[in-house]
Amino acid sequence: MTTTTGPHPTRRLILQGAASVALIGLGNLPFAAGPARAAANDKYPEEAFKQKSEADAIKALYGKTAEPSDKVKLDAPEIAENGGVVPVSVTTTLDKVTSISFFVAENPFALAASYKIPDGTIPGVANRLKMAKTTNVVAIVEADGKLFSATKEVKVTVGGCGG
Amino acid sequence: MASSIRVRANANGDITEVQALIQHPMDTGLVKDAKGELIPAHFIQELKFECNGKDVFVANWGTAVSKDPYVKFSFKGAKKGDDLKISWTDNKGGSDTTTAKIS
Amino acid sequence: MKARLSLLLGSLGAALVAFALAAPRVVAADKVDPAADAKAFQNFFFQKFPNVKHEDFVNGPYSMNEDMKRQWQEKEEFPPYEFALDAGKEMFATPFKNGKTYADCFPNGGIGIRQNYPYFDTKEGKVVTLELALNRCREANGEAPYSYVKDEMASLTAYMAFTSRGKPMDIKIPDDPRALAAFENGKRYFYTRRGQMNFSCASCHVQSPGERIRAEILAPALGILNAMPIYRSEWSGMGTTSRRFVTCNSQTRAVPLEPQSDEYRDVEYFLSYVANGLPISGPGARP
Ligand code: HEC
Repeated sequence: MTTTTGPHPTRRLILQGAASVALIGLGNLPFAAGPARAAANDKYPEEAFKQKSEADAIKALYGKTAEPSDKVKLDAPEIAENGGVVPVSVTTTLDKVTSISFFVAENPFALAASYKIPDGTIPGVANRLKMAKTTNVVAIVEADGKLFSATKEVKVTVGGCGG
Repeated sequence: MASSIRVRANANGDITEVQALIQHPMDTGLVKDAKGELIPAHFIQELKFECNGKDVFVANWGTAVSKDPYVKFSFKGAKKGDDLKISWTDNKGGSDTTTAKIS
Repeated sequence: MKARLSLLLGSLGAALVAFALAAPRVVAADKVDPAADAKAFQNFFFQKFPNVKHEDFVNGPYSMNEDMKRQWQEKEEFPPYEFALDAGKEMFATPFKNGKTYADCFPNGGIGIRQNYPYFDTKEGKVVTLELALNRCREANGEAPYSYVKDEMASLTAYMAFTSRGKPMDIKIPDDPRALAAFENGKRYFYTRRGQMNFSCASCHVQSPGERIRAEILAPALGILNAMPIYRSEWSGMGTTSRRFVTCNSQTRAVPLEPQSDEYRDVEYFLSYVANGLPISGPGARP
């Protein structure tokens, strides 16, 4: 699982395509055209979810790196009551947000969830993640084509279901 | 069969807050059952919310999303009484769909 | 599991060594006086935790720790027991093969009565818990009983608890020597040390609430049943009062009793009675 070539350029194109289309207000036109199942397959970032390290997962998902920003506010507990269910949420004051993703640095696979934020949707999301052990949770906000991140360490004493 | 999807969608002015809880094992593929055999990975990959013919939120999930996943977000442009369609598909081809009224 | 238990043993040993010799009873001990016991029991916790609002004791470990309480409040926005609750509601409304329903077995059609369980049945001369009453209802209507520990039983009790939320626990001890004996027996079980680790229920839930055992924060014994049944993330699912009792016994390497054995029923009677006045908060969500 160390290959970083292959589907990623395409992946990036699709994401950029989706983003710019959303920005000019046409919704998800390119995908709505095809049969539903094919469209879903096209969209799911399979490769990014297969990467073990956070850096590889970010690269596979976005093809670029993120810079820390205090405009990204990540909320997660100091100590997770149970690594299987860690409430994590993010909000941001950044403009033109097109996606928000969550990574758990030392999970078997770093990418946990990635959300597309269409035009008109408030850039913020709350979800519950599994954490295998004490490690950093990283939220990445994609805004105006750039990536911004916030990081927080969460202590885990009961690991979450092996993943 | 009751739906696997529970939704609350409340409009407050122009902003609708959506919370959803989905019944799904979200098996990682890394955990063994009581007999010591690996439980195969089984997890939702995509969860989509549509309102008035437009995607308002799309989640792509891996195995690190908790069992019975929960998500919360807000969007603009809907009003009380509008339909919110929610659908998910998992890695084994399973899926479910429901439509909720925004209240 | 082995590793986990030895860890548990290790930290327990450290946390509780101070109590190994003396196990003070927080109840009035000389004669059987449940009302005085309940008062002493409640006062003990109110004084030990002056900053915890009385009605908060029913939230188990979350009454003891702010960071955890926040995670719990987040969970409660869309709680994990929601599916069990819905399933219970549907089961409750679905007739048995003979056309009767659960509602026919209970006062007030089973709605808003959780706070009265367990009760002492003067005909039978024994304590009857809600779980027991539900299975008896099934059997009386020609249906097979459910497992006491989870699934259907947890769903049904979740629904019934939900219809009683906020109502104060209201357990009666009738003027019957057998009822007093049941209460005493439950109390004795609660304070008796057992198992390889030689712990009583009180060692953990009276002497050490708020302390951590490995990752878990111990719940106070006061109001400890008001949130039952519970969804435990650790179990990835629901569990009943029976399941919790069995788990606590096993964790201290004591031999668990059969669910709904006389002793478990009595200890449920004792713990519920001393929580009189505190609100029902079930179903609950736990780590
Ligand atoms: C070794 C310490 C220990 C002993 C002894 C023990 N328990 Fe527990 N108990 C726990 C732990 C740990 C939990 C889970 C964390 C919590 O909620 O306290 C728990 C939880 C509970 C709960 C659920 C509380 C809630 O709000 O979720 C009940 C009820 C309970 N125990 C009853 C008992 C009874 C009855 C006994 C005696 C038969 C007993 N326990 C003995 C450690 C113990």
